[in-house]
Amino acid sequence: MPANPFNNHTDYGIGIGLRVPHYRHILEKKPVVDWFEIISENFMVDGGRPLEILDKILEQYRVVQHGVSMYFGSADKPNREHLKRLKSLARRTQTPWLSDHLCWGSVDGRYTHDLLPMPYTHGAARHTASKIRLVRDFVEVPVCVENVSSYTEFHQSEMTEWEFLSEVAEAADCGILLDVNNIYVSSKNHGFDPYEYLDNVPHQRVGQIHIAGHTRFKKYILDTHDHPVLDPVWKLYEHAIKLCGHTATLLEWDDRIPSFDEVHDEALKAARFLAAPAVAA
Amino acid sequence: MKPSKPPDSSPPRLLPPRIRSVSDLRQFQSVMAEALFRPLSSRDGLQARWSDGRPMASVAGEFVKPNSRLTSVERLEIYARSYWFRVLDCLYEDYPGLRAILGRRRFMKLATAFLAQFPSASFTLRNLGSRLPQFIEDQPAFAAPHAALAIDMARFEWAQVIAFDGPALPTLTQDDILDAGPALRVALQPCVTILECAYPVDQFALALKKSGLRGEASNALQAMPDSRPASRAARPRLPRPARTFVVVHRQDNSIYFKRLDPEAFAILTALRDGRTLSNACAVSLREADPAVDWAARVQQWFRTWQSLGWFCRRLKRGRA
Repeated sequence: MPANPFNNHTDYGIGIGLRVPHYRHILEKKPVVDWFEIISENFMVDGGRPLEILDKILEQYRVVQHGVSMYFGSADKPNREHLKRLKSLARRTQTPWLSDHLCWGSVDGRYTHDLLPMPYTHGAARHTASKIRLVRDFVEVPVCVENVSSYTEFHQSEMTEWEFLSEVAEAADCGILLDVNNIYVSSKNHGFDPYEYLDNVPHQRVGQIHIAGHTRFKKYILDTHDHPVLDPVWKLYEHAIKLCGHTATLLEWDDRIPSFDEVHDEALKAARFLAAPAVAA
Repeated sequence: MKPSKPPDSSPPRLLPPRIRSVSDLRQFQSVMAEALFRPLSSRDGLQARWSDGRPMASVAGEFVKPNSRLTSVERLEIYARSYWFRVLDCLYEDYPGLRAILGRRRFMKLATAFLAQFPSASFTLRNLGSRLPQFIEDQPAFAAPHAALAIDMARFEWAQVIAFDGPALPTLTQDDILDAGPALRVALQPCVTILECAYPVDQFALALKKSGLRGEASNALQAMPDSRPASRAARPRLPRPARTFVVVHRQDNSIYFKRLDPEAFAILTALRDGRTLSNACAVSLREADPAVDWAARVQQWFRTWQSLGWFCRRLKRGRA
């Protein structure tokens, strides 16, 4: 049974990100993996090796698309070429949902290629929600929006990050990709209680969860995706599963990537929490 | 009589105090993006002053909250550094030949100036260097005294980006060719680029690859802990000028480059530009050596090009 209306894919279990250093291992050894998450933009191309690899993966595995440059929060309208390529890729992968970030990263046609935090205002929430609806309606695939890690807060903000996430998700009527590592990183950088964040997002909208490692510096924590998941993040994940129920979970490991088995074993540690029953709503 | 209020000499705010509309949001994002797009200072931080001369601290203070550990500027700097390291890394990886020509320090100076003038205009970093050859043509001082070589290499390396994942349309069939005869008009595959260079950049790229210097720009090096940077003595010498015709193409999803005779280059260029096969040959071979059996040679070239899948049907006007 689905744990909630935005989580119809409880059978997806635990996935990992599809990354170049693992291509050969995956294609030759064909390891058993619940699903792979791909970075959409890496495959929104016209031909060549990326699509050849993707088609081979699709013969064997379920794939979910995760984007990094739709920038739902940018003031610019969605780029039509981007939308068309995203829709074409979604048809190729048959992704059951797709995700991108609750952030901005481009303005006036210029791109930062970063996931920049939003000013948490009602006006920004309205605009962001309308863009999410537009993307969902164009691509015709359910959308989950992911909370980002951040290193700054803005004077212009009118609410907390979790209030903003909730307001956007409700207004867009979309799912949430809850990144518990990002919540932890931001909580340390901005001094809020990560459990208060988790307790106050609409759990019934959480369709996917991200876990990852981070790096602690003297004055802030950086979301580096180059380490195993740290204990405080596992504890947050356990709490999230109690609140949201069994939810498709993905480990992100994007830098200093170790062997496939090491990444997969780290992801599978989530299984001990996924088995726990959800708290009644 | 009340004393008049002295005029406020402080510059107007750059950012709206509240964000209610899309216009407010755009203004907010434009200022933050402008802060990120400005090249970093020599200490890899934000520049001390904004473009109009006001202190950066004053601009950052309009929107970035400080905390107990970091000032507004320091928090904004985390994003500025992240931006510049990301885009410079991207060019560093995609243009190893250009980097070898200029050396690391001058390459970074060129890349920084290029990105300051042309920030990314695409949702994908793949396209970041598309305007780099033109930039070097317009600003040759950044590559002096090797500007011509640098332009050739930038074009050659951009062609490799196109060959890697550019579109490949259905190849021309034997029937297509037989049906059309000499009136055949073909198109070159969009992922195939033909280049006329003043320097043998293809040979230089191969020499770099053999020397291991290309690897310095690649993530693959991290996966090879035993690799050592090539010694200075192993660095290939910069090539002397030599008119070179080369095709950058894709075969079985791997990138290749192939040298062409000048006549072959002329025929391919004419075909790409829409001439019929017979017309392309006539124009290209007008001044060719009459002692050569050009008919046989062109047939052989065409068979090779056809087998490499370089040709596709010419799309009718109005179609993508």
